[in-house]
Amino acid sequence: MDYFLELFLGGLTRGSIYALIALGYTMVYGIIELINFAHGEIYMIGAFTALIVISVLTLMGMNTIAILVIAGVVAVIYSCAYGYTVEKIAYKPLRNAPRLSALISAIGMSLFLQNYVLLAQTSDFLPFPSLIPDFEFMEPYAHIIGSTEIVILITTAVVMVLLTILIKFTRIGKAMRATSQDKTMAMLVGINVNRVISVTFVVGSATAAIGGVLIASHVGMINFYVGFIAGIKAFVAAVLGGIGSIPGAVLGSFVLGWTESFATGYVSSDYEDVFAFLFLVLILIFRPAGILGRSEKHKI
Amino acid sequence: MITFDEIKKAFLVSIWFMFLTFPIMVIRVNPVEHIVEWRWKNMLVVGIGSFLLSFVWNYLMKRKELGFKKAESGEETGTIPLVQRILGEKKIYIPALVVAGIFTIAFPFIFSLYQTNIMVSALIYVMLGLGLNIVVGLAGLLDLGYVAFYAVGAYAYALLNYHFGISFWIALPIGGLLGATFGILLGFPVLRLRGDYLAIVTLGFGEIIRIILENWNEFSFGPSGIANIPRPSLFGINLSVHESTIYIYYIMIALCLFTVFVVNRLQDSRIGRAWIALREDEVACQAMGIDKTKTKLTAFSLGATWASMAGVMFAAKTTFVNPASFTIWESIIILCIVVLGGMGSIIGVIAGALVLILMPEYLRAFSEYRMLAFGVLLVVMMIFRPGGIIPNVRRVYTFQGVKNTDKS
Amino acid sequence: MEPVLKVQNLGMNFGGLRALDDLDLDVGRNEIVALIGPNGAGKTTFFNCITGIYPPTDGDVLIFTQGRDSAERINGLKPNKVTEKGLARTFQNIRLFLNMTVLENVMIGRHCRMHAGVLGAALRGGSTMREEKKVVEDSYAILEKIGLARFVNEFAKNLPYGAQRLLEIARAMATEPFLLLLDEPAAGMNPHETQELDELIKKIRDEEGISILLIEHDMKLVMSLSDRIFVVDYGKKIAQGTPEEIRNNPVVIKAYLGEEVDA
Repeated sequence: MDYFLELFLGGLTRGSIYALIALGYTMVYGIIELINFAHGEIYMIGAFTALIVISVLTLMGMNTIAILVIAGVVAVIYSCAYGYTVEKIAYKPLRNAPRLSALISAIGMSLFLQNYVLLAQTSDFLPFPSLIPDFEFMEPYAHIIGSTEIVILITTAVVMVLLTILIKFTRIGKAMRATSQDKTMAMLVGINVNRVISVTFVVGSATAAIGGVLIASHVGMINFYVGFIAGIKAFVAAVLGGIGSIPGAVLGSFVLGWTESFATGYVSSDYEDVFAFLFLVLILIFRPAGILGRSEKHKI
Repeated sequence: MITFDEIKKAFLVSIWFMFLTFPIMVIRVNPVEHIVEWRWKNMLVVGIGSFLLSFVWNYLMKRKELGFKKAESGEETGTIPLVQRILGEKKIYIPALVVAGIFTIAFPFIFSLYQTNIMVSALIYVMLGLGLNIVVGLAGLLDLGYVAFYAVGAYAYALLNYHFGISFWIALPIGGLLGATFGILLGFPVLRLRGDYLAIVTLGFGEIIRIILENWNEFSFGPSGIANIPRPSLFGINLSVHESTIYIYYIMIALCLFTVFVVNRLQDSRIGRAWIALREDEVACQAMGIDKTKTKLTAFSLGATWASMAGVMFAAKTTFVNPASFTIWESIIILCIVVLGGMGSIIGVIAGALVLILMPEYLRAFSEYRMLAFGVLLVVMMIFRPGGIIPNVRRVYTFQGVKNTDKS
Repeated sequence: MEPVLKVQNLGMNFGGLRALDDLDLDVGRNEIVALIGPNGAGKTTFFNCITGIYPPTDGDVLIFTQGRDSAERINGLKPNKVTEKGLARTFQNIRLFLNMTVLENVMIGRHCRMHAGVLGAALRGGSTMREEKKVVEDSYAILEKIGLARFVNEFAKNLPYGAQRLLEIARAMATEPFLLLLDEPAAGMNPHETQELDELIKKIRDEEGISILLIEHDMKLVMSLSDRIFVVDYGKKIAQGTPEEIRNNPVVIKAYLGEEVDA
């Protein structure tokens, strides 16, 4: 039973991380109908930035909590800046081009950012310090769930709540929903669509950065490639839940997290990545709209 | 003219990029030994570089907008690209073809074994590019798992030879058929999906096949792969490595010619037109009586056939296959070839393959930056020249008594 | 009159929205029938249901082909199958193959009447070559008929707007239909072009023997062309009859209140 619980909580943690990344995919897709291939790289850059800040500050001898906060904030700022810039360079000029063009451009951006980090930093795996201390009150449960996992779950929950508030109750949130419904109409009623798109990229990048820092400290190492695989999986989660739908992305992430956790725990860990892809293929074939998505009919 | 505003803008862009690249470019950490290295020189490079590139970017953007305006006001947009115009000129292209032909035939005798080997690699990519061109360029289906079919061909030859001692010349058609079969099997369920979903699902399939090859030791011998695959035989004559490389070179030339021949005929046929119509507008295409699924499936499996045959060639050339040769990046390189050359354009794709594969080989210093450059290339091509370096032109039909209105 | 198309009790739901409700309509051989109604009345949805783009929720779409005694039910067929049966359509928002030449656009229409496969195209055997040659000639003949021959090798995207509308008709005609469904063919045309279109549609009916069902907002064109008119509003049929009857129908005038009907 403990093993089951461990796998269950492991899946939940995994799912939380996927959810933080999947949100960016689903929000961007909801608004400009583009698979932002470079989103995984934004997450990787967030994690790398955090690692760099941590290393520098540790050498300067700052205390751990301060380092943790500063690293987190800097990572988020930089991820947002990268997300914003990527949109401006690679997607904005292609707003009216065929969708295939924007998609290829996104793949190019992903490839560029990976190799940019590879060349500027290193291709090796770098150890990422575990930022979160082991809480004492967690000790009796340590064999099932670690402190880091608890922090991940709580952070994810907080981010979700904040995001829901942002989208449901703020002006920009309303503008985002309007833009995703009908871009032309939104423009006609005076919404600055370009700004809405930029904000969407920035918000998505911020959650991705939080995810990046958390998973890096959970796994304990990073390299330039971690964003790609995690990105693909988060995308699978977003599609699973119904792309464009925010609750869908979260639900899809948990479903994927559990699937992977149980499948690797009970079947085999060699094929970990295969499960995600197989899941994706099956979902897209049998229920292309995802779990919570609505099947839409395009106007002809 | 460069205005003050532009300089100000470029300056701000340069500040922004210096900020953006600061942690990644300037600081390098080594968390194991707790060393931090500061590389301020990089910041300078980024600053100056982005300052200058900002002007280039603005210039290109302006030119692009100008092009749009021209198209809208109905001014001459049908200008035929220079290369195509030259090729349309019989006086030029026949001698050019003769020279190119002689050069191609003489190549292995003029250049060293090393050069010939590189050329064979490039030719394999020409074949892959032309195959993917059917899928992406003509039918508009973004297949990011194309390399899976390349792997199918390579492993087909390797395994058939290992278990049954089947020779290259028998494996080549079997590989092609196997590729087509896989194309249909994989294509059937996924081709109902919309464009961007198709991209991600094919990517998934590609990765699944690679992971299976890596982990299913009993079948594929895992990450260590299969070695000692024989090179192609020539009527049972024993060839030295050198001779055999030259022989492979000629086989590759023949295969490429065959590919060009078939693709060229297909693109101006009933099937080829249906592919392009499908790319242009799926709904209208169906309303015109074209079976969407069947048309997509033909393109997909035909592309797979070529990838698979290229795979057999690859196995025969390197005499060794392992899963590391078939990563997603290989698919993306092939995509780069098609995008750079010009989607749907045969000459374009050939040029694209030769440039992208040969350049990093000869500019060794540059080869480290290869993938970085490919990334930039994809973005820049899509924004500024979506038609590629040598865009495709459609066939012009002439009718008696009709003045040809085409601006050729 | 001998019918070619008979639609009975056609209904279409989108989620909770009833876009079409219990619609009956028929088109006779060599007849020009117009389908009119205010914006959003469900006219294009009606076309989409007939041509297989949406499967209708209920009702029947029946066609009567020459040399076949009984009716043939075509709802639920895929769009390409419907086209093969002899119904061809144009689109309200022009959907040409922009990066293909005008001739190629028309040749695409011939696709379902051709046979060459991959092997045939690669080998270019005698029958393939003959077929190809015939298609080029036929397509050119259609362009001449429609008056687009001078654009033959031009890219579709470079055509003027009115010519693009005509090319849609040419492309649809290439599929050898017995019934042509035109979705607002005169939209965006100037009065002169509309006048030419009027003549062209009559010519297609008279010379090719193709029946025509059209959606149109230009009342002058509708009144001049149609043998009969069906009026829909909110997915329901509210009137049908000859142009004269429709012109004087109080229900129609009410539905169109504010719009000109007496032109």
